[in-house]
Amino acid sequence: MTDPSTTPKTTTGLQVLHCTVNGDPVHAAAPANETILEVLRYRLGYTGSKQGCDKGDCGACTILVEGRPVLGCLTLGHLCEGKQIETVEGLAGPEGLHPVQDAFNRYGAAQCGFCTPGMLMAAVEFLRTRTPDMPIPSRPEVAHALSGNLCRCTGYVKILDAVVDAAERMAPERKKVSGETGG
Amino acid sequence: MTTDKTIVDTIPRTDGQPDVIGGRHGRIAGHHQVTGASQYADDINYPGMLHAKILRSPHAHAKILKIDVSEALKIPGVYAAVTGEDFPDKYGIIPWTKDENALALERVRYVGDAVAAVAAVDEATAMKGCAAIRVVYEPLEALFDPEEAAARDDVRLHESKRPGNITKQVDLAFGDVDAEFAESALMVEAEYYFQGTNHAAIEPHCAIGQYESNGLLTVTSATQVPHYLHRDIARVLKVPPNLVRIIQPPIGGAFGGKSEPFDLEFAVALLAMKTGRPVKILYTREEVFLAHRGRHPTRIKAKTSFDKDGMITAYDADLLLDGGAYASFGLVTTYYAGQLTTLPYQMPAYKYRSRRVYTNKPACGPKRGHGAVQPRFAIEVQLDRAANALGIDPIELRRKNFIGEFTRTVNDLRVGSAGLLTCLDAVEEASDWKNRYGKMPHGKGLGIACSAYICGTNYPIYPNDMPQSAVQICADRSGRVRVFCGTSEIGQGSDTMLAAIMAQELGIALEDVRVVSADTDLTPVDLGAYSSRITLMAGHAAVSAAREVAQKVRQAVAKDWECRPKDIALTNRMAIHVQDPDRTMHIRDAFVLGETEFGTLGSVGYYNTPKEGVHGDYRGATIGATPAFSMTAHVAEVTVDAETGWMTVDKIWCAHDCGKALNPLLVEGQMEGSTYMGFGEAVMELHEVSTDGRLRAPGLLDYRIPTSVDSPDVESFIIEHPDPNGPYGAKEAGEGPLHSSIPAICNALYDAIGVRIDELPITPEKIVAAVAEQQDTKDKLEVSG
Repeated sequence: MTDPSTTPKTTTGLQVLHCTVNGDPVHAAAPANETILEVLRYRLGYTGSKQGCDKGDCGACTILVEGRPVLGCLTLGHLCEGKQIETVEGLAGPEGLHPVQDAFNRYGAAQCGFCTPGMLMAAVEFLRTRTPDMPIPSRPEVAHALSGNLCRCTGYVKILDAVVDAAERMAPERKKVSGETGG
Repeated sequence: MTTDKTIVDTIPRTDGQPDVIGGRHGRIAGHHQVTGASQYADDINYPGMLHAKILRSPHAHAKILKIDVSEALKIPGVYAAVTGEDFPDKYGIIPWTKDENALALERVRYVGDAVAAVAAVDEATAMKGCAAIRVVYEPLEALFDPEEAAARDDVRLHESKRPGNITKQVDLAFGDVDAEFAESALMVEAEYYFQGTNHAAIEPHCAIGQYESNGLLTVTSATQVPHYLHRDIARVLKVPPNLVRIIQPPIGGAFGGKSEPFDLEFAVALLAMKTGRPVKILYTREEVFLAHRGRHPTRIKAKTSFDKDGMITAYDADLLLDGGAYASFGLVTTYYAGQLTTLPYQMPAYKYRSRRVYTNKPACGPKRGHGAVQPRFAIEVQLDRAANALGIDPIELRRKNFIGEFTRTVNDLRVGSAGLLTCLDAVEEASDWKNRYGKMPHGKGLGIACSAYICGTNYPIYPNDMPQSAVQICADRSGRVRVFCGTSEIGQGSDTMLAAIMAQELGIALEDVRVVSADTDLTPVDLGAYSSRITLMAGHAAVSAAREVAQKVRQAVAKDWECRPKDIALTNRMAIHVQDPDRTMHIRDAFVLGETEFGTLGSVGYYNTPKEGVHGDYRGATIGATPAFSMTAHVAEVTVDAETGWMTVDKIWCAHDCGKALNPLLVEGQMEGSTYMGFGEAVMELHEVSTDGRLRAPGLLDYRIPTSVDSPDVESFIIEHPDPNGPYGAKEAGEGPLHSSIPAICNALYDAIGVRIDELPITPEKIVAAVAEQQDTKDKLEVSG
């Protein structure tokens, strides 16, 4: 049972958080107990990352901090001071969709689309951290990589299809830029 | 002459077919979904918007003696508080069972019942406000067991003419069950229990109320039934319906969990009216489980008789549905639990008693497959028991008992196209059933089950003879079509379906269609996303609207070309002369001719269900009546470790007759998602309360839904037996493919290790216990032998 009195928040004691979001420097005045998800969604307007459970169970809030996936709902905003944050809004560029986004679109891997931003960030990080000598990931490997992200619509079938497809499309490119992927 | 250089097609097509209908293509909102641009309810913020929280009951059953909000109102930043007294009119989705107040009035009936709501500058302050409200309760005895609740006249959750706490009871009989039982070659008797489960859409419910000084009340809500919400908001808040606007933004999953009005929608509306400010409420995950409306926990006593060849001769089901604290859709659920069991089989005699009971728990309601999923589990396991007892292959037994196409069930429901045999062939072959069923090593098993489901209900929830769906369109000189429809896109793809029909009928591309749906100010009435009704109903309305405009365009082009309108086809962004295919015109120019000839090109199409001969003539006969039935067969493969009780569902093959797949990619998505959801219910999901009425699993960690690692591989086979009542022959795909995945798993467990678990979910503990019992029996037999 929710007892409203047990989760007090304060609007006083604002501190300024400095970080980058998708490469852009941003500043946000936020109380110390506010999560990075709240800062992104409600103070900075990056509503792409979703709140599904607010307890770290569903993964809909997955973002990348310094290139690593974190749960935005369990990470205090001020712990991201000076760090690089990536969200779904930064995946597509002037050249178009990221290969994982494109694959999600082609495979119908998004139904309601609510888990999609977090799922995409987890998938992008998974593919990015694979080294050029590694083979195209298998479906079980992809499933393992995405096991922290709940989807209630798809049964994951088309999500796994999409990520494997994106991995295949990205493979030549990954080999090309092998020197850059380690960082 | 226009050129297409500037046109960029962004909705992926992977098949290269000329027809949009039947083609594999992505969603029209796909680009927004993958870029994070889709604005769900909680993504919407307005200047000056307040945030509200709901104070909920800590008691499972209590009288409210007093509520004092005065201390809350003194807190800086708190703007308003509302209580049950502000909402004296009861509401309820079913017109005959209105038993809820937006906030509890005089009595709370479950732990979590809404008592008051506070609007403040932010959530934190609203929570402080809730904490400052003083509520004096007088606890009452709470009833958690449905058997007990049905029998107790001294403790009543609601005023009722029925004995005990029975919400609804249905007793129906068709044919002479007793006579058939007396002559049967085989009787199968067992008791089944289907646990409570929640929809667990990843997006929690969220609503925003806005009240403007001109009297217009707008509620933006994650609802799947904007029209019914519109009606109840107007009635409960006493605002004329012409001044109420409901907007459903993109919604993060629903599955039946957002298909009736909820406390938060009334609360934001009234708080907005009181404060003159936009007010938002976002449920916590725990509140989603409290609001619930999930699958009814159902106990089923089943008796089925067979002749020596395995033909069903009679079926008797006694069902007890644990309804929780409020009626919700329960009247319909109670009927569905009996009415929808007969398909897809013939049976000379059938009777059922279905009772739904109030208990002091979160209210149950419609979840994907509404009411029919629990009894489907029972009958499909019954059939498996019979097949085993008679030594008949379980797929063969189902073939024999299949009712056939274009016929009527024993309870007099009309059946249209029914491709069940084709479904059975598909899963039998794909699973290599003939070589593997009953022949694999101990611990490996295959199981089969079938089901059928409605494509919309023949009658709307409130009695009326108006159209169930309507579509308004406008085509213009830009070569673009706007579609307006009250349908709720909830991830199932209804917006994309509407666009595909426009593209098909008007010869344009999906990119040329703009769909505006589920905004009661802008869109004609459609009743919403429930009972798998949209493709069939809105699909018909869309075809009708599109053909009217297409005909005008053809007429205008024909006049220009001096030929007959029927010589002209609209396809691939062209008007084309069918006898002289070199003669073409860009569709934009064709629309220009149409607009010149007839004025603005617009039309309204609508649909209502056929009423002749759809159902029998008895009380309750209308429930289960539908324009068409989909058919499904599942085969599940499992690996079971009898030592630890761990069962892995390795793979599920799903064949589903959807009449005609308007978009196979999206149909497969529905089949996979449905099959997965059934799998979760079969092996892990459990929504229940402890002895004090509190949720045992208030979060997504404890309420376990399958992850990508847990979930089986699902292989889908789309079967197309077009139904004369469906647009292009189409039937539903969103709910039907759930039902039989559950009993297929149960039956596979039996094939693997020879034990049956008749109480869901099938957990390792239950398997271990069943194996131990099996061993005991064997030992005893050996001793006595």
